[in-house]
Amino acid sequence: MTAVTLPPASARSSARPSALRAGADYLGTVVRHLAGNPSSAFGLAVIVILIVMAVFAPLIAPQDPYLQDLQAVLQPPSAAHFFGTDEVGRDVFSRIVYGSRITLTIIALVAVVVGPIGLAVGTLAGYFGGWFDTVLMRITDIFLSFPGLILSLAFVAALGAGLENAIVAIALTSWPPIARLARAETLTLRGADYVAAAQLQGASAARIIWKQIVPMCLPSVLVRLTLSMATVILTAAGLGFLGLGAQPPLPEWGAMIAIGRRYMLESWWLVAFPGGAILCVSLAFNLIGDGLRDALDPKQRKGRH
Amino acid sequence: MRLTAPLTSAGLSAIARQAGTILVTLLGLLVLTFAIGRMMPVDPVRAIVGEEADPATYQQVYEELGMDKPVYVQFATYLGDVVRGDFGTSLRTGQPVAQDILSVMPATIELATFAILFGAGIGIPLGVWAAVRKNKPTDHVVRVVTLLGHSMPIFWTGMIGLIVFYAWLGWVGGGGRVSDFYDGMVEPRTGFLLIDSALAGDWDVFRDAVNHLVLPASILGLASLAYITRMTRSFMLDQLTQEYVTTARVKGLSKTRTIWGHAFANIRVQLVTIVALAYGGLLEGAVLIETVFSWPGFGQYMTNNMLTGDMNAVMTCVLLVGVIFITLNLLSDLLYKVFDPRTR
Repeated sequence: MTAVTLPPASARSSARPSALRAGADYLGTVVRHLAGNPSSAFGLAVIVILIVMAVFAPLIAPQDPYLQDLQAVLQPPSAAHFFGTDEVGRDVFSRIVYGSRITLTIIALVAVVVGPIGLAVGTLAGYFGGWFDTVLMRITDIFLSFPGLILSLAFVAALGAGLENAIVAIALTSWPPIARLARAETLTLRGADYVAAAQLQGASAARIIWKQIVPMCLPSVLVRLTLSMATVILTAAGLGFLGLGAQPPLPEWGAMIAIGRRYMLESWWLVAFPGGAILCVSLAFNLIGDGLRDALDPKQRKGRH
Repeated sequence: MRLTAPLTSAGLSAIARQAGTILVTLLGLLVLTFAIGRMMPVDPVRAIVGEEADPATYQQVYEELGMDKPVYVQFATYLGDVVRGDFGTSLRTGQPVAQDILSVMPATIELATFAILFGAGIGIPLGVWAAVRKNKPTDHVVRVVTLLGHSMPIFWTGMIGLIVFYAWLGWVGGGGRVSDFYDGMVEPRTGFLLIDSALAGDWDVFRDAVNHLVLPASILGLASLAYITRMTRSFMLDQLTQEYVTTARVKGLSKTRTIWGHAFANIRVQLVTIVALAYGGLLEGAVLIETVFSWPGFGQYMTNNMLTGDMNAVMTCVLLVGVIFITLNLLSDLLYKVFDPRTR
């Protein structure tokens, strides 16, 4: 496995068009690296399929995911219904296809919220240090002292059940590990010569953090974010299953399993297929995360051997 | 070997700082649970007086609960109650929350203990094996197994287990701690069904309880198995590349003796802390597994309270989970300090 080297900082902070091109090149290298390794290639393929499914759901799904057919309830998998039908005759395959939209929404929203928050808290705490660092890290520790699912459960109980609140709750519980990581990276960078050079040139703290520190933290934060997406999916599904996340009749995979549970001993397909979908996506993120770690962070490979 | 660090003034101030940190964390935890309780969409006054109460009664209970006072006074009251061990009454069961939790805890401990025995009992040898055969097929198979264990939604695995091993094969009992037929036949002395039935000499109940315990415990153990295997593998690899291992082999020690007697002996402390943390981590899985298997433990109690918006119970459950985790982290830190001379 070859490590992808970061383009020099100068290439990234120079004029906009070339910076964009450098970024695109970099992304291309990373994707090529992932595609070259069988296990992360599998992960990448699953995510591509997920995105295609979500975008083209009306074209792929043979039926309306909400269309009930009381003439054909609890039908086992067949040519007409690949994954069978549920207790009111809805096509399980179509519901899973539409469910990919919900899964993708959860992933995207959580990542967009958690990444910047974690990065901001971590770099600020690490750069300024002192009591500011202590206070922020105490707060982070309190959040970290809970298993994610239980804290999310508590937040959803406080905010009320539903998909939006589940996303908020998951985001609230997912930022601390990112913050810890960004802080650790910042601490090692803070004393670096190039940061000192920027300080001597009179750059403001905000500018140093944004221009010198954040770009250097990004690779490891991205790896961590990808790996935590696997947990995010499992937590969202768990909340849906417990009845605190997405509510029926939304075709969220966890909520589908919760309903299917009542009929599972006779109609195994109500549980098996949505769960299989969750497993595939969560596995995919774990594989991509491992691959990314190899690609972006050769340091970490020593730990994994 | 001296096990305790000498109590110098530096040592004392380190202890004081540690204690201060813990106190601050606990206080933060209480702020968090208090905030969650206040955010909950259930009106605690309405929950007590009922829907048809007249405004005067409502006002009276409102003031009795201290809801008319400023938030910081309410928080101080909450703090005082918690310190005195008063966690309030559950609105759902009408009993003190502490008593409720004590009565559901044994079921969860029984489940989690068997799960961790399964997870550590298989995970540790598997991790050692994978480390010894690094990059050989065995290692790859172990990697796939741990990845799957990580990626599976545990509630789904539980249901697939029920479908296959209960409905199709009939090898194990279904949901609950015992079959309906045996329910309530053993006098609950400790709350641990296996101990109670053994004490009563009722082996039919004991067998039935084991039959019901095997599947949920092993599925709950899968997640910790994946974690323990991965950590064991990486700890072992750190040891196996060191020179003392080569020395031992050159001296003529057998491979087995080198691996288990030397390399493994050095990772035992690390493993104990990992297993302790994994044991706490099982609480998370227990919430889901207990729902799947209708297991009347802490996880199900907590979920039910959250679904019904039972404020006092939710606050206490969240607080308890936080305290358990802080304690486990602290214990593993201490363990390191006591047994690993390098950290002194």
